[in-house]
Amino acid sequence: MKTKVFSLFIVCLVVQPLMFGQTKDMVLIEGSRYIPLYGRDSTVVEVKDFKMDIYPVSTEDYKQFLKDNPKWRTSKVVSLFADKSYLTNWKTDLEPNDSIHPNTPVNYVSWFAAKAYCDCQNKRLPTIDEWEYVAMADETTKDARVKPSYNAQILAWYEAPRTKENRIGETPKNAWGVYDLHGLVWEWTLDFNSVLITGESRKDVDKDSNLFCGSAAVNATDLMNYAAFMRYAIRGSLKAKYSMKNLGFRCVQDIKKENK
Amino acid sequence: MKTLQPIVLFLALLILSCGDSEKQEQQTATAEIPVRREMIAELTAPPNVPTPVGRRKAKKLIVNMEILEEEGELTDGVKYVYWTFGGSVPGSFIRTRVGDEVEFTLSNHPDNKLPHNIDLHAVTGPGGGAESSFVAPGHEKTFSFKTLNPGLYVYHCATAPVGMHIANGMYGLILVEPEGGLPQVDKEYYIMQGDFYTKGKNGERGLQPFDMQKAVDENADYVVFNGSVGALTGDNAITAKVGETIRLYVGNGGPNLVSSFHVIGEIFDKVHVEGGDLINENVQTTLIPAGGAAIVEFRVDVPGTFILVDHSIFRAFNKGALGMLKVEGEKEKKIYSGEIREGIYLPEGPGIQNMPTTNEIVESEIPAKSFEEQMEFGKQIYMQNCFACHQNEGQGIPNAFPPLAKSDYLNANVDRAIGVVVNGLSGEITVNGNKYNSVMTKQMISSDDVANVLTYVYNSWGNSKKVVTKKMVDDVKKK
Repeated sequence: MKTKVFSLFIVCLVVQPLMFGQTKDMVLIEGSRYIPLYGRDSTVVEVKDFKMDIYPVSTEDYKQFLKDNPKWRTSKVVSLFADKSYLTNWKTDLEPNDSIHPNTPVNYVSWFAAKAYCDCQNKRLPTIDEWEYVAMADETTKDARVKPSYNAQILAWYEAPRTKENRIGETPKNAWGVYDLHGLVWEWTLDFNSVLITGESRKDVDKDSNLFCGSAAVNATDLMNYAAFMRYAIRGSLKAKYSMKNLGFRCVQDIKKENK
Repeated sequence: MKTLQPIVLFLALLILSCGDSEKQEQQTATAEIPVRREMIAELTAPPNVPTPVGRRKAKKLIVNMEILEEEGELTDGVKYVYWTFGGSVPGSFIRTRVGDEVEFTLSNHPDNKLPHNIDLHAVTGPGGGAESSFVAPGHEKTFSFKTLNPGLYVYHCATAPVGMHIANGMYGLILVEPEGGLPQVDKEYYIMQGDFYTKGKNGERGLQPFDMQKAVDENADYVVFNGSVGALTGDNAITAKVGETIRLYVGNGGPNLVSSFHVIGEIFDKVHVEGGDLINENVQTTLIPAGGAAIVEFRVDVPGTFILVDHSIFRAFNKGALGMLKVEGEKEKKIYSGEIREGIYLPEGPGIQNMPTTNEIVESEIPAKSFEEQMEFGKQIYMQNCFACHQNEGQGIPNAFPPLAKSDYLNANVDRAIGVVVNGLSGEITVNGNKYNSVMTKQMISSDDVANVLTYVYNSWGNSKKVVTKKMVDDVKKK
């Protein structure tokens, strides 16, 4: 096993220069402290500076990854790392169904696969806190959470069925220069299951008093929490080997690593 | 001492068992009901219900339910994205009997955006199954439970944000019948109330998104039965025949509002209060809490359309909480006569009354030019103003309204007759030997019309064939 992991590492290293530059299509996200919509232990979290992909990973990108990394092809993938629906919309190991445009977000990928993809690019998956931090922005404001229009737009997408067919980059660019955080697909995060939402959400309310103490008043904050609740709920329903139609991912990169 | 111990223990047990309610005994008993063989549950969309359990033994009952997020019509021209159990709002009706072991599989369609789960109020266990059934899109979860308590129970989604999942239609009913089944009836239907909150006002067209603020404020735009305005009206009305006994399984999904369920023109012979064992009889309106249910039963004795409403009545007439039960069959006059008579109600007692219309009498635009025209116009006036009391053939109504046909009172004096029409009449009069003590109001019609209608009356039904002119009417008015 160790050798396998090592060989993957080698493959990544060798393949790396062949892949598009890691920092292409990434933007710098200046870190800060903020109160997430739904916190873990403390109310305020700190996010360090990092770079984020401005687009989610496309079907085309992922195809390249599969060419370079045979172990993640449908026929080779270890079932522990991807359930049966992994790449279920691909007709062969390297070809997606004809109906899928290359510039759509890749979906039906497991957390393990998404993590491996980012690792291979010397990147990683964003943490929930990082993802939520960037996702607070609308087109003009970096923290747009108090705007009713921000919440309304997000909720509208959560409610509308079958939006996955849309192409990458068609939603408005947010204040950081990042596209498609809302309105295209759900996205994997590194620690997606660290905020424990059990299936019994009313019980969670008891467990996490932060959520309700912080937003007991009936105002826009509450509305916003509903949008966040839905994101946390979807994360809570996932297992790392799951793959889903409406779930894709993007990568981020630490600043330090790049400076090495 | 040693001999005492068992006695003390025994006493303690005795006290304990006395303290335990009958319910506990019942539960222990129902928990022990053995199951034989498997059966796939029949699931039905509203307003239909599956076949009664009858006398079947407890079984392992396989329930497969699919969650679908799909667009539907809330009312004409208004679209809404419903989240559903089994593709309908309310979700599929599940029918079990006490002691069944239900193996429940919840499948979340891959096209769906959100994780869901199910909390069945019929389940004895944490979350009512919610925790065990929490399922991501494109996946399914299976859990099983034994039905211990008979009754009618609500099920709903309990995934965060719970209120929103319920508001979008994620609720339904599960029935647990007692051993041997509920008594047989002729018709059974499934009705469930729910409140909806849309961005646009009631009736605003197009695809309407869910409005969280209105939901928090409990300010519903729609309150409906079975998921949409009109789900139970017109061609969708539920039906029955005279003499049949009807059982309605009525639930309330909420998320917010409590229902005052009432059927206009019926009295519930029996109500299983809150869906439980308690039976109340002769109930007009039964209260159904959000997340609760009731079983109502009644026999329909007369034909007609009976309106089902939430008797918080603005919800019925302005927000959609209205359904119809159409009953066909022979009329039963003894129970309900229909309209017998219509009259003018005079709360101030006898006296000359004006009809509550304008005092300005509009002259008829086209005066009659001939006797034939006078007769024609006169008949129209008669049918509009006189017919209700004096009747079609001028026969009147015995003891109430005097006849005009072959009327000695009428024929004796034309000017008096004109005066009665123009000024009204009250007090005792004798017509053809019968006494009448009633009131005729002043008729607010033009002189032309008075002339025409009196000419019509004088030249009908064996009267004296006098012709009344406008001048004659005006002369009387001048007096």
